[in-house]
Amino acid sequence: MDPLTLYDERLGSRLLLGSARYPSPAILGEAVRASGCEIVTVSLRREAGGGRAGESFWALIRDLGVKALPNTAGCRTAKEAVATAQMAREVFATDWIKLEVIGEEDTLQPDVFGLVEAARALVSEGFCVFPYTTDDLVVAERLLDAGCRVLMPWAAPIGSGRGVNNAFALRALRAHFPDTPLVVDAGLGAPSHATAVMELGYDAVLLNTAVARAGDPVGMARAFRLAVEAGRAGWRAQPMTPRDMAEPSTPTIDRPFDQSA
Amino acid sequence: MRIRVNGRSLEVQATTLARLLEELGYGDRKVGTAINQEFVRDRDRDATPLKDGDAVEIVTPRQGG
Repeated sequence: MDPLTLYDERLGSRLLLGSARYPSPAILGEAVRASGCEIVTVSLRREAGGGRAGESFWALIRDLGVKALPNTAGCRTAKEAVATAQMAREVFATDWIKLEVIGEEDTLQPDVFGLVEAARALVSEGFCVFPYTTDDLVVAERLLDAGCRVLMPWAAPIGSGRGVNNAFALRALRAHFPDTPLVVDAGLGAPSHATAVMELGYDAVLLNTAVARAGDPVGMARAFRLAVEAGRAGWRAQPMTPRDMAEPSTPTIDRPFDQSA
Repeated sequence: MRIRVNGRSLEVQATTLARLLEELGYGDRKVGTAINQEFVRDRDRDATPLKDGDAVEIVTPRQGG
């Protein structure tokens, strides 16, 4: 597959994988390997003085040899998100941050106003911001104005597995920002969903629940890897233009029994 | 002094953030810290005083999507 560049980092995989909700750490590790992904999202959570959960989880991610992309999941305000990103930079030793500012509980829809505010603040501090956003074109413009060099629009609400809710909006984003890496983040459920967004010309997909909550997460990680590769290859091969009516594929000239000649 | 640590109200002896981490048994573990929603860098913890009513966050790596 052709390489992908995100914030000057060249990547061989166009699949980014979340690390949450797997049946066990071992299955998480196997799924990451089966997916072929090079970037895994992680988070920060509270831990008591005697706890060891953070340490053992971080050791697992390090052993997998992947790049960690910390998130600000669960943050409700720009202020919370900025502080979380600053803590993440220190703990994970990376400038990369998947920026989430959640505005609504039922859909986990981004608060795009807080998102732009936080993005601007973080870019000014040297962060490489991966904003989890809606498919709104004007918000995307504002995020780029704020200094983001990657956009991560949703396909559908986080964890819903619905696939693409608004193909028109995703197509419009692709057409409007031909040179900005676009990563679909959230809402995919089946490998065919990943193929569909890659066929729209998206640069990558970010998944978590679709793999982690599958009956066989490792098998599903492999399926998504193939689906992403298929969609990318299809996009690069330039799909035919659809038409409304049939067009014979077998030559009509010299058809036996043809009475029209 | 009474402060909140990770959302729980605690009576503590420590007067700086660095001392608080020692008092609560974090040792030399890599943690992220914030006070009243403001990030406090690792190297600033010694010089960061605590005051009554502060809300301290102490976080470590975890699974995330």
